[in-house]
Amino acid sequence: MRNLTLTTAAAAIAATLPGLAVAQDAAIQIDGSSTVFPISEAMAEEYQIATGNRVVVGVSGTGGGFQKFCRGETDFSGASRPIKNSEAAKCAENGIEFVELPIAMDALAVVVSPENDWVSCMTVEELKTIYEPEAQGKITNWNQVRDSFPDRELALFGAGTDSGTYDYFTYAVVGEEGASRGDFTATEDDNITVQGVSTNPNAIGFLGLAYVEENRSRLKPLEISYKGGECVPPTTDTAGDGSYQPLTRPLFIYAKKSSIENNQKVEDFAKFMFDPEIAPELVASTGYLPLPEKAFALAEKKIEARTTGSHFDGGSKVGVNISDLLATK
Amino acid sequence: MALTTKGNLGPGRTEQSAFDAVHSAKRKDLWFAAGGLFVLAIAMSLLFTLIGDLIIRGTQYIDYDFMTSYPSRLPERAGILSAWVGSLLVMLVTAFLAVPVGIAAGLYLEEYARKGWFSDFIEINVSNLAGVPSIIYGLLALGMFVYGMGLGQTILVAGMTLALLILPIVIVSTREAVRSIPQIVKEGAYGIGADQWQVMWNYIIPAARPGIMTGAIVGLSRAIGETAPLITIGALTFIAFLPSPPVTGEFPFISFAWLHDGFTVLPIQMFNWVSRPQPEFHIAAAATGVVLIALTFSLNGIAIWIRYRLRKQHRN
Repeated sequence: MRNLTLTTAAAAIAATLPGLAVAQDAAIQIDGSSTVFPISEAMAEEYQIATGNRVVVGVSGTGGGFQKFCRGETDFSGASRPIKNSEAAKCAENGIEFVELPIAMDALAVVVSPENDWVSCMTVEELKTIYEPEAQGKITNWNQVRDSFPDRELALFGAGTDSGTYDYFTYAVVGEEGASRGDFTATEDDNITVQGVSTNPNAIGFLGLAYVEENRSRLKPLEISYKGGECVPPTTDTAGDGSYQPLTRPLFIYAKKSSIENNQKVEDFAKFMFDPEIAPELVASTGYLPLPEKAFALAEKKIEARTTGSHFDGGSKVGVNISDLLATK
Repeated sequence: MALTTKGNLGPGRTEQSAFDAVHSAKRKDLWFAAGGLFVLAIAMSLLFTLIGDLIIRGTQYIDYDFMTSYPSRLPERAGILSAWVGSLLVMLVTAFLAVPVGIAAGLYLEEYARKGWFSDFIEINVSNLAGVPSIIYGLLALGMFVYGMGLGQTILVAGMTLALLILPIVIVSTREAVRSIPQIVKEGAYGIGADQWQVMWNYIIPAARPGIMTGAIVGLSRAIGETAPLITIGALTFIAFLPSPPVTGEFPFISFAWLHDGFTVLPIQMFNWVSRPQPEFHIAAAATGVVLIALTFSLNGIAIWIRYRLRKQHRN
């Protein structure tokens, strides 16, 4: 008897295997960057509550997300850096056209321990001295960075090489994306940087601003002086008005043009993400900085016009203007 | 032993050296025991600290709402409904695939296969497979199931992936269990005229069942905590609805549509919350960990109970 049930069940499973064409109730598919994930999650959650339409979000990283996106598997891809030319070429090869949309601003903060009393502001050049590839094994002491710093060992932390955070930091500070020394504690989890820097008075590290906001008492964020300018602290205000440079960057959502065109739900969701009544509060609740007000109308227009292509030509830019980014060509 | 090698010594000296030898052996024993106890204490206290910390931080967070809500951007609204349902369904598929195949393979290798270089080769490979990092299985599954066979990122694929992962464990433990049956049982059965299948079905399998079940459950306990291969095949991180129900209102009343649904599992949910900046999410992650540990413990508990029951049954 038990054998019979087993056989029946096996037969039933075997019967369902070829029946894959039976499409599931198609949910809107988002994948991509883990940095953008909290925003996509918030949008997906609220949109689903508001409309009942299903949205699912995966996390494959910016690069992994683009791989899926350019294979045509997803409707949206979150990215913490602009699409690379090689990725855009892959998309073009498969006939995938995309609309590039900045979804929020993120700032990277350079942090030291609250016990560190010798530094409150650093220039980008000094950061470069610490993190550039040539510094490997050589710059090991605080007084090598600035003469007035004490004779103390440098303990370095930062984002891991797989993250968009690392890409942007190296781009903005060292001048070349992906170029840095290798001998620092690199982690994909910014909480480890928080832990490491807060417990070591000699430490310095960089991470997303949201982590600083949540750990105010344990970290001391440094002010940054860019191109001989004044020292600007990393706060939501300075990042929002663009004065905190060069470590402010936009985060992106790439939308598949054909999905927007052929599926009303996808277009609705794309517009939902730029609803000025909803989006700013949602983005802020995840610890990121909402886009400036004028951006929302521009984004909606860009979605309606289905303006495809990337504004970046494959690499990051410092100090991008959101209006340019959302221009409808 | 020291007595014979130092035979040329006087009788008094011999006695003395024997006494010394015994004494030093006892001392070594004592040191070893003390060392072992010390290492055990460190290992156990580490484990208990970890679990204790998790339980202290996580337990008060677990309530009905937490178990029945979907993940959310707001920690106070966030729950693990889709994660634990996903974990259970994936485990169901894994068990359904890995256990019968693993047991059959183990029995075949132990009882039917001709011993030779080929079966040695397979044996070495199976043992090696048990030590392959789980992400390799994820990559294999991504290439074979997701793209090669076009099955997509579904509960079925996740179950198949984890089934592959634990198959070596089930096979090895089945073989161990069969090997540990006294030869006398088999010989006795053959002696009264049973053929190979009868011996297998009526003697070997019942006697090996406790060991086999233990192996299967140990494998499942490992599978339930796996994250890497599932992330590789494209498990979701945010999903705020449940898979299609297995029971439907229309004929034939049972539906396997859920096999083709997207999913998330507890370890992925936990991983996602741990890396968030908000401390409330870290507590939610700890609570998820407690649920996961509870699930693992109950799986192990079931294994122990089954083994106990079967042993008792077998003796009667």
